[in-house]
Amino acid sequence: MSTQNDFVLAVEGLSVSFDGFKAVNDLSFYVDEGEIRVIIGPNGAGKTTVLDLICGRTQATEGSIRFRGKELTKMKEHAIVHAGVGRKFQNPSIYEDLTVFENLELSYPKGYTVFGALAFKRDAAVIEEVERIADTIFLSEELEKPAGLLSHGQKQWLEIGMLLIQKPDLLMLDEPVAGMSVAERRQTAILLRRITEGRSVIVIEHDMHFVEEIADRVTVLHQGKVLSEGSMERVKNDPKVVEVYLGH
Amino acid sequence: MNHKQITYFPRKDLIGFAILAAVLMLVLPMALDVFRLNLVGKYLTYAFVAIGLVLCWGYGGILSLGQGVFFGLGGYCMAMFLKLESSDPESTKIQSTPGIPDFMDWNQITELPWWWEPFYSLPFTLFAVVAVPVLFAFIISVAMFKRRVGGVYFAIITQAIAAILTILIIGQQGYTGGVNGITDLRTLLGWDIRTDEAKTILYFVCCLLLLASLATAQIIRRNKVGRILVAMRDQEDRVRFSGYDVSNFKIFVFCMAAAFSAIGGAMFTLQVGFMSPSFVGIVPSIEMVIYCAVGGRLSLLGAVYGSLLVNWAKTSLSESFPELWLFGLGALFIGVVLAFPNGIAGLFQRYVEPYMPAWYHGRVAAKASEKGNSTTSGDNVTPDTSEEVPTGSDKQPATLKGGHYVNAE
Repeated sequence: MSTQNDFVLAVEGLSVSFDGFKAVNDLSFYVDEGEIRVIIGPNGAGKTTVLDLICGRTQATEGSIRFRGKELTKMKEHAIVHAGVGRKFQNPSIYEDLTVFENLELSYPKGYTVFGALAFKRDAAVIEEVERIADTIFLSEELEKPAGLLSHGQKQWLEIGMLLIQKPDLLMLDEPVAGMSVAERRQTAILLRRITEGRSVIVIEHDMHFVEEIADRVTVLHQGKVLSEGSMERVKNDPKVVEVYLGH
Repeated sequence: MNHKQITYFPRKDLIGFAILAAVLMLVLPMALDVFRLNLVGKYLTYAFVAIGLVLCWGYGGILSLGQGVFFGLGGYCMAMFLKLESSDPESTKIQSTPGIPDFMDWNQITELPWWWEPFYSLPFTLFAVVAVPVLFAFIISVAMFKRRVGGVYFAIITQAIAAILTILIIGQQGYTGGVNGITDLRTLLGWDIRTDEAKTILYFVCCLLLLASLATAQIIRRNKVGRILVAMRDQEDRVRFSGYDVSNFKIFVFCMAAAFSAIGGAMFTLQVGFMSPSFVGIVPSIEMVIYCAVGGRLSLLGAVYGSLLVNWAKTSLSESFPELWLFGLGALFIGVVLAFPNGIAGLFQRYVEPYMPAWYHGRVAAKASEKGNSTTSGDNVTPDTSEEVPTGSDKQPATLKGGHYVNAE
């Protein structure tokens, strides 16, 4: 019915209800190849739930999510990752007891099965890739440090790095700059722009300056539905958006 | 740089293994008489269980309160073979049905049940000792972990399974020997296992198997699987969304723990000469967790010492004050949880290791000296975290491992 294959991600008629409460209600949106899409909206609008649905953490009640023509709603989380979708959580979730190197190494896309992991070798290709990614996320000097000792901003970068090393086609970031200092935000914006080359990104963010800086298009969610969609300029001047979200 | 090689046996661990091997294979056999040595052998069979728990609980964060099930199943498989051998028609001719185990005869059973038949064969028995418990562990863990049952629920269910199996064994007296268990085991392929000589030999077999199990566990621990276990314990969702099917790793480590326990159980039967439901149920299963906790749930060697120490205390205390032992055990467990959560191994890492000479730390010390005096004294063991992994997420990140880390936040 639609030209789904032109889009990286096609979400159509997506609904999920928790005990009768519709967190996401008949939601549709499409993400283009190479696009940076930012999802904004007031608290409880269902932003994080949308990411949960795409990455398989939550099962959809209705609707479809197609990623490069592949239906994701029935797939297991790890299969969705293998299909090329990477997800960063709101709170930095990294392995605090492992070193930065080991954090990145575990995310290297090899040895996913038990026996694959038993046979896993830390070869030159792995080391090279880990070092390359560490350089990208400004953590070259911290490779030997236990990740629990990193600053909050560095933890966020580390998690982004853990996604990058998987080489996903679609990267989903949940509030990547929350809790960062101004300097870290600026660096993160540079980082995001660098890593989005050649892949599509969905970002949830509250920081409007940051959104303006990175977004190609913005989707405003409200009560589980799309309230407005388009360029930041257009969305900002949409009276409905001003009323429920930006006006506050 | 350090991170470029994974050494399965870094110097520190190698020294630890060598010391343990020397204590078990040289010091104890020379210092103890056969009776005491046999007791140590019995304690060591619990160390197999404790090693499994280090991987499963300490690393994977999966607390099983039912390891007695696997210990028992391994032990029973061994006992069935030995019982059949000692129940030849000649020595059971006074029974109404000669040639079947005595307890079957007492329970008016006139024919050997079909599932006892394969245990006439030693190769099959040795296979079954490991395969039966592992298969059972596999079924349990697939049923639980694929449905994402975990944490305290998993612990309770394993405990229930231990209770159920005990009741089953006691209830099916005619097939299992009931509450007395399978007793009066005499020979292994004609070799009398009750003599002093046999006991000494079995002790050494037990030590060798234990060292082999330790080496296997060490390789898993230092392997990528070990790091996935730690990662899973702390951030299960992150591991899942990094593309791993988390349940498979849990199933694997639970089955490994079952396999170690089962070997321990079989060695128990051989050295002690019987197997009974009192090694299967809730109480022994929890005791096994305590051995592991006292030794240090993140340390394989600690688990062995923990098993030896607690069991030695148990024997000496219950020889003199039998009624006090359970209180003592309870107090010990509370003490471990409150005062030294990483057990003996944690105390060692905190108070002894910093004072060990540089050669003990190997390349770690070399690295620290490369950096010059940038770190404070006593801190030079910390840079290499791949050596040991600090404890779980219930703690402040990075404040552990002997309190060397200072949290950055």
